[in-house]
Amino acid sequence: MSQTAPSAAMPVSRLIEAFNKLPGIGPKSAQRLTYYLLRAPQEEAQALAQAILEVKEKIILCSVCQNITDADPCSICQDGQRDRTKICVVEEPLDILALERTGSYKGLYHVLHGVISPMDGIGPDELKVRELLARLKIGDVQEVIMATNPNLEGEATAMYLTRLIAPLGIRVTRLARGLPVGADLEYADDVTLARALEGRQEV
Amino acid sequence: MTAPRIYKTTGIVLRQRRLGEADKIITLFTPNLGKLDAVAKGVRRPKSKLAGHVEPLTYTTFMLAKGRDLDIVTQAQMLDASLPLREDLERTGRALYVAELVDRFTPERQENYPVFRLLLETLRRLASEQDLDIILRFFEMRLLDHLGYRPQLEACVNCGGALEPVTNAWSVEAGGVLCPACARNAPLSHPLTVNALKMMRLLQKGDFAAVARVKTAPVLEAELERHLREYLIYVLERDIRSAHFLDTLRRTGGVARQS
Repeated sequence: MSQTAPSAAMPVSRLIEAFNKLPGIGPKSAQRLTYYLLRAPQEEAQALAQAILEVKEKIILCSVCQNITDADPCSICQDGQRDRTKICVVEEPLDILALERTGSYKGLYHVLHGVISPMDGIGPDELKVRELLARLKIGDVQEVIMATNPNLEGEATAMYLTRLIAPLGIRVTRLARGLPVGADLEYADDVTLARALEGRQEV
Repeated sequence: MTAPRIYKTTGIVLRQRRLGEADKIITLFTPNLGKLDAVAKGVRRPKSKLAGHVEPLTYTTFMLAKGRDLDIVTQAQMLDASLPLREDLERTGRALYVAELVDRFTPERQENYPVFRLLLETLRRLASEQDLDIILRFFEMRLLDHLGYRPQLEACVNCGGALEPVTNAWSVEAGGVLCPACARNAPLSHPLTVNALKMMRLLQKGDFAAVARVKTAPVLEAELERHLREYLIYVLERDIRSAHFLDTLRRTGGVARQS
């Protein structure tokens, strides 16, 4: 990465390198972004720098649901309108955004910040599992919805959590798995089709 | 004539790594090409036609296109989803352990059909049988065999003397069993009970049906697991990560097995 723009002035090549480290940004995109900012008005660059700093300074994890937030507890945990008897367990904060977009869930969340991945050495201790169990033991939660991704690791995580939560006498549910809207039946894999059949519903 | 640009192979998906925005690199173990990496494009999008067919632990037919660096998956059709493996955490955990061992032990693009067969058979057993741990022990012993790390169980590794039916010693440094006399000079060896030695020999030479017929006490199972794991880690010169998850499962186990 250090070979980017050897002839550019120091501050410029430093910015190029910084951009280059970001996910999905290669050397060429990094150069383009840098030269865009060079020509952009002072305020725009200032605002960007400020925004980056604020994200790092003000964003913390909500002490209740572990979502990223600038206020603790986060706005969802504070919202009196929400159903406090349900907790939806997700892998990443971005999953909450996706679920919120649907507008059809009014309960609380819990972010694990990852997923059990034995081959990568990520077990329950590396996730926010202890925090979830603590919430379940004190709160009046009646249902935990497993919304981890429907892949091997997400399923393993859901099964593992189910095993821990079931003895507490709390209902555990799993997001339905089946065919995505707009999909083609002939391309569906066996697992998805089997699950879609299992979960078929009266029309 | 140049090699064809597109080729077909079956393979068992050992693992996946994320690549860029929506792609994944999948590592598969094939019957004729050994272990290889390939790029599965777009599999992190919900409407991906490939995603379900390239999940870890599936046995799949692939069409691969030669790429500049990595080959690219153009089509995939699952042959065996091994559903039971996915629906029981005890089975999933052990299958991942098996996949990790194969991944760690084998070099890329080196054909090893015996290892492929062992892997496929082990996954099928893990999906159907009840006594899961003995499946792992059988797998471990045979994997060592196929890769040229067969432990010496027939005579003392050091002096070559016959092994008496007494408590001998297990030494990973020596590569097998030491007689009690030689074990005195091997401080890092561990006692190996007569029953454990017998069972190890059966694991090394018997077929799986014979192994599965033997009723083993939990103490003996624990001893076998300990010795074999030590041996594997010694040969690999690194930790087996998914073994920790199996330990975690054991700690939280006992709770009724539910899906």
